[in-house]
Order: sequence, then structure tokens, then C-alpha cells
Amino acid sequence: MKYAAPTTIDEARTLLAGDADAIVFAGATDVVPQMRAGRPEPSMVIDLKKIDRLMSVSLDGDTWQVGAAAPSSALTSNAAFAADFPGLAEAAGLIGSDQIQNRSSLGGNLCNASPAADSVPALVVNDAVAVIAGADGERRVPVADVVTGPGQTSLAHDEIVVCFELARPAGRTSDAYLRLIPRTEMDIAVVGAGVRLTLDDSGSVSAASVALGAVAPTVVRVPAAEAALVGSSLDDASLAAAAAAASDACSPIDDKRGTISYRRQVAGVLTRRAAGIAADRIRTRNGQNGVS
Amino acid sequence: MSRTHVNCEVNGDAVDFLTEDGESLLNALRDELGLIGAKEGCGTGDCGACSVIMDGRLQCACLIFAPEADGASITTCEGLASADELHPLQQCFLEGAALQCGICTPGFLIAAKALLDENPDPTETEVRYALAGNLCRCTGYDKIVRSVLEAAVQIRTPA
Repeated sequence: MKYAAPTTIDEARTLLAGDADAIVFAGATDVVPQMRAGRPEPSMVIDLKKIDRLMSVSLDGDTWQVGAAAPSSALTSNAAFAADFPGLAEAAGLIGSDQIQNRSSLGGNLCNASPAADSVPALVVNDAVAVIAGADGERRVPVADVVTGPGQTSLAHDEIVVCFELARPAGRTSDAYLRLIPRTEMDIAVVGAGVRLTLDDSGSVSAASVALGAVAPTVVRVPAAEAALVGSSLDDASLAAAAAAASDACSPIDDKRGTISYRRQVAGVLTRRAAGIAADRIRTRNGQNGVS
Repeated sequence: MSRTHVNCEVNGDAVDFLTEDGESLLNALRDELGLIGAKEGCGTGDCGACSVIMDGRLQCACLIFAPEADGASITTCEGLASADELHPLQQCFLEGAALQCGICTPGFLIAAKALLDENPDPTETEVRYALAGNLCRCTGYDKIVRSVLEAAVQIRTPA
């Protein structure tokens, strides 16, 4: 197995295009354990961490550009980013230990294509766009359209996720991500729920996004839960309707981490709680400084 | 099998070694450089026994391909003590009986150093979260946590 550390996207793509068995990696926090578990060694591992654009986290006008290989700790330690996307920062901060968060990346979490990836529901509710470099230049794809099934993505072999574009939340908008694991740290989601809300001046929900992880082959957006929340004042009946819609949207598996019926129920509970947290964040922020 | 010549700094010393490309930094440290403090527990980034600080960031050396270390600065547990004096973390681990078999200890020491470098006055909860990536099957963690807290006091207020 060869190791390559290109410093440009073109160089990385050329290496990838020239070797059908090569793979790219950032933190290798999934790649190495998979190889240890018997995944055949690729002919070449292409390290993306020497490419500046894949490692940078920056605000460009009203759009955050998050390098696909930037470590999770670069997001959780970025106060301005975490203020704009507290739920996404939390999701990134839930993945593994400090040791892992210094290597794990949003690009890796997405392209590993685990149904239980923590950052993906949080990216999806924030309408994150993946910038993908390929033979014909760059294309922009909603994050929700990148993963097509467990371990499967819509990327061609010679395509690389370069970065994620996240528009700064406008007005009274915030997000939250919750996951259930059987302990407090270092585990894989039984269910994950991301919610983003926008409140109008009267406190009613004017926009809502809900996405669930670990309850289907891919992260699922839940339009019925969003519809239940929009126009409401987050009263009990609306939250219960959103929770029921979230439970209904699940098509989970039974496994050692949770049964089908348990996952369905927890999806509803986490959706409801995450909605409450997102709303509290909006109210607190507006209460503190009077502007959104 | 491709081999790569790696130049880096380990515990303040410039070193170089030749490694197979797919080798882990952990094996390179142990087999090429003779630094056998960092251990392989799980080999999958779960147990933290191989923890090192690379370019200021705590990482599992078992997840790092050795060629990644080219140009990097690495601290292992061998770099904690000065010539004739243990690091306060090491001294406190000894005095606090924070180890039994010792396999996990180098990783705990490095993870604790990474924490105290960032946060010299952590709460017990912060210590426990910072050490969540390090597994110990002997001590039950309590003595480790207390020893880290004691070392933090000693580092903040040298005798």
C-alpha cells in the first residue's frame, strides 16, 4: 500500500483517477478500523490533510466554508461557528473521544456513509451543500443527496468532497442535535435527531427542518414533522404531532443497539426535545442581545 | 511495498526513520525509534493506549499512517520527564496509585498533559470527559482522575 499526500485538489484527483483501488482519507478513524476488521487494503491511501482548502474553516460573506478534512475539534473550538450552528458543532463534538475529534472530519463522516453518522442530520437540517471536485470541475450537491445507502455514496471514484457551504442562519434561527446512546460518551447513535427552527416575532415557528439518523439506511428528512411544527407556537399538541411524524418516518433495523420499536419511539422523543432546545436557543439569544 | 523516509521531531529531538507506507505511527515509534511507551490496546482508536500529541493535538498513533508524521512534532510519554525529574503527572500517578498493570498509563499521561496544556485548572467533570478516550481495566478511574487533579494543582502552584 502506498501513501500519498498531495497539496492540491487537482493532484489528489489525478492520483485517484489513475488508480481504481485508491481511496482518499482525512482522519482515517473509520478507514483504519475497517482495515483492521478485514477490509482489503487499498493500493493507495491519499491523505487530504495537506490541501489547505480541505482543512480551512472560514466565513466568506454570509457563507461558512468548512473544509471536508478539517478536524471536528476545529469546529467545536470555533466560537463564531458554534454560535451560528450550535447543533452542528455539538454533533461534531459527539463523535468519539478528544483523540478522535482531532482527526475525524465532516467529509469523512459523510462519505463513510454510516446511517448513524452524527454530523449528517445536523448538516441536512442546515441545508448544507457539499462542494464536490470531479473531472469537469466542481459541482454543488445538497448533503442529503450524497449518501445513497449504508457505505454507499453518489460520488464517482475520482470525485472528492472539498468543503461544505453553510449559509449563516438568517433572523431568529437556530439548530439542535440530540442522540441517544446507552452511556454518556464514546458510542454510536441508537437514534440521532437534528432540528432547525426559525421563529417569527410572535414566537411562532415560521420554518422548520427535521432530520433523523440511525433509523433508516440513510439520514431521513421528515417533512411531516416539519409541517406539524410550522405555524405552531411549539405547544404540546404540535410537538406531539411532530414526534409522531418522526416516529412514523423511521424504517430502522433491530440490532444490538436498539430494537425497531424502541428506535421509533426514541426518534419522536428526541425530535420533540431537539425542537425545544433550538427554540430556547433562539429565545435566549434574542433575550440576551436583542438582535438575531 | 512502498517505503518512505520520514523526518520529524519526537520529544524535542530531530529524528528520521524509514517506514512502510501502510505502517502506523505507533509501530514506527515502537519498532523504528524504540519508544515503547505508547501501547497498542485495540488498534482502532477506541482505547487511547497509543495516545500521542502530534502538532499540538492529542491523537491515537494507531490511526496515523507513519508517513503522515513527516515534518510533524510529536510528544510521547517518554518526553514528559526532564533529565532527573518526573513530570508532576507521573509523580502524582505514582503517589496516587493511579495504575496497576500500567498498559494504559502512557496514554492517560499524554491525554492528561494535553488537557492541562489547554486547561490548567480543570474540574473533575472536565478531567473525566478529557480522559473518556482512554480505557483502564484495572483502576476504576477514580485514582487516575484524582491524580490528574492533584498534578494540576502542583503545576499551577510549584513548590
